[in-house]
Amino acid sequence: MSALTLYLPQDSVVVAMGADAVADALQVAAATRGVALELRRTSSRGLFWLEPLLEVEVAGVRHGLAAVQAADADSVLTALLAAGAPMHPKAIGPVAEIPQLKRQQRQIFSRAGLTRPVSLDDYQAHGGGRGLQRARTLSAAAVVEEVLQSGLRGRGGAAFPAGIKWRTVQQAQSASKYVVCNADEGDSGTFADRMVMEGDPLLLIEGMKIAALAVGATQGYIYVRSEYPQAVATLRAAIAAAEAAGWLGEDASGQTFHLEVRVGAGAYICGEETAMLESIEGKRGTVRAKPPIPALAGLFGQPTLVHNVLSFAAVPGILADGAATYQAMGMGRSRGTLPFQLAGNVRFGGLYELAFGPTLHELVNELGGGTRSGRPVKAAQVGGPLGAWVPLSDFDLPLDYEAFAARQAMLGHGGVVVADDSVNLGQMARFAMAFCAEESCGKCTPCRIGSTRGVEVIDRILHKQDTHANVALLHDLCDTLLHGSLCALGGMTPYPVQSALRHFPQDFGLTPEEAQP
Amino acid sequence: MNEQQQQVVAALLATWQHQPGALLPLLHAIQDALGWVPEDVVPQLSQALNLSRAEVVGVISFYHDFRTQPPAAHSLRVCMAESCQVAGAEALSALAGQQLGIREGETADGQWQVRLVYCLGACACSPALQLDGQLHVQVTPERLTQLLASSREGV
Ligand SMILES: Cc1cc2nc3c(=O)[nH]c(=O)nc-3n(C[C@H](O)[C@H](O)[C@H](O)COP(=O)(O)O)c2cc1C
Ligand code: SF4
Ligand code: FES
Repeated sequence: MSALTLYLPQDSVVVAMGADAVADALQVAAATRGVALELRRTSSRGLFWLEPLLEVEVAGVRHGLAAVQAADADSVLTALLAAGAPMHPKAIGPVAEIPQLKRQQRQIFSRAGLTRPVSLDDYQAHGGGRGLQRARTLSAAAVVEEVLQSGLRGRGGAAFPAGIKWRTVQQAQSASKYVVCNADEGDSGTFADRMVMEGDPLLLIEGMKIAALAVGATQGYIYVRSEYPQAVATLRAAIAAAEAAGWLGEDASGQTFHLEVRVGAGAYICGEETAMLESIEGKRGTVRAKPPIPALAGLFGQPTLVHNVLSFAAVPGILADGAATYQAMGMGRSRGTLPFQLAGNVRFGGLYELAFGPTLHELVNELGGGTRSGRPVKAAQVGGPLGAWVPLSDFDLPLDYEAFAARQAMLGHGGVVVADDSVNLGQMARFAMAFCAEESCGKCTPCRIGSTRGVEVIDRILHKQDTHANVALLHDLCDTLLHGSLCALGGMTPYPVQSALRHFPQDFGLTPEEAQP
Repeated sequence: MNEQQQQVVAALLATWQHQPGALLPLLHAIQDALGWVPEDVVPQLSQALNLSRAEVVGVISFYHDFRTQPPAAHSLRVCMAESCQVAGAEALSALAGQQLGIREGETADGQWQVRLVYCLGACACSPALQLDGQLHVQVTPERLTQLLASSREGV
């Protein structure tokens, strides 16, 4: 009996594209031919326009077959059983040579598409575990110093220097401390956190364990949104595997770190870190006033290190290869890589991990291939629902925190939503206000009530009622939200609204002069 | 709640009661087991967790996920966040309403609940939706029509 090993992702989006049906059909086709098939269900490379992407190793090189469907199983198997590289209409040659993958600088996603998510063996065979190993040889202070020197800034949105947060938690005096991972990923256009959790959960666990050692925490939580059931299941399986291997629980050196997954319940505001802490405590997800900062008084009032999934996931690499290697990538004060997530109406949508600094034009047009509809690109919303709509004239802007901030935009979690010329940005601005009203935690009046009024004001502008007064009112309202909100939900809703108004006044039925504040 | 349901809730309480921040995991567990969160679990929860009833009700009502009514036979959740919107989600939601003859959030004779959600993490393949918990991506109007038809047959 001949034997064949193949690789097929089990990422939830790839499953939605038919991967499980492909797997079943391949097993049937193999059994019919008396072939012993080992189908390894891996993570996804994030090249979604090629999914389901089936891979086979030929002379040490992974070859791909793209967009495979169950009906292809028979012909694909015939091609794969012949010697050499597969000859088949869906064969695309060596996967690593795909231009969109070759251009990437994958650090966090170095194992994407290669390994099985919960396999410790796969993880270690592809470089996993080295960061923790090195961290164990260093003092806690030295680990914190390493994170500080790497230049890593929080990937959850605010881009605060990670090392400073670590130092604050480490130096806080307390009997118990926590490490909490913010995996609420509610931003439209973002899915990198989901891909780490579903595809390489051991990386997140390793990062959190290193953090726990450094700051002296014994308990950790991963707060995952309920919209991600597969991430929850995979994380739980990975935690069990890590416990069995002695990475979690009480380890050989007598250090204890327990990790638990907590599931959100459908509230965008629970991505805000203090609302998330309230939610983990079993309360309504309302935002806490700061100070005190969570690093000093966070979960259950104790010092707590809160980071996004991608921030923790960057840590093992920083420890394994040294801060200088990480610090050498990027531009300005944005160091290392960011997994950009290309979404919306785009031809080659997917995950693009790049060092900071490429332009939106390179990302959207060169790598992303423009729109899927074939119509001209009109704008891209960068950084989630609270991010600005960036017009084509700013597509030369480098993807860097400061460069974006200088143009009243933000990178946030690295999501880029591409829109073609059929999209009306007046309607999108209205939606941004409606979203704020829907998801407000209710603490601040401008956010809770002002956003509802905002929808009405935009409606009046769109219906040409008393335009001049209503435009002035909208700017005034945005100003109040900007300055009078406790958190960025109210505080940044003006970004999508005012950017749409500034760059696309015609979508509101206004001339550029009429749209001015 | 009948006796069997009460036993289920009691068992879940025994598992979770002493965990820090137990209320959310408990509500999820109850909803997973019973399909919804009946009003009569509130006194039980408030007593076991040493919370006021108002606090428990406040938490249940704050989160979109918790249902205080039995669920419809089928659920459709259409993503309406920006990435899906610019890829045609509006048309899908309109089509669903038209084909099922119901508005958002309504259940017609207990058969369907249609809800709008904001991002399913499938934005590279927008528009996305969930039908009876199953994710579907790059959904066209034709595909949605098919999905609803085959789902109706399965009723
Ligand atoms: C409305 C709102 C939603 C947020 N959603 C998320 C989220 O889903 N994930 C996340 O990591 N951070 C989110 N943040 C940012 C967090 O408050 C916090 O800054 C972050 O988790 C810190 O981690 P970092 O240092 O790794 O960035 C959100 C903030 C606001 C105001
Ligand atoms: S700005 Fe909105 S969401 Fe943020 S704290 Fe105030 S009311 Fe809550
Ligand atoms: S915006 Fe619809 S799946 Fe993300």
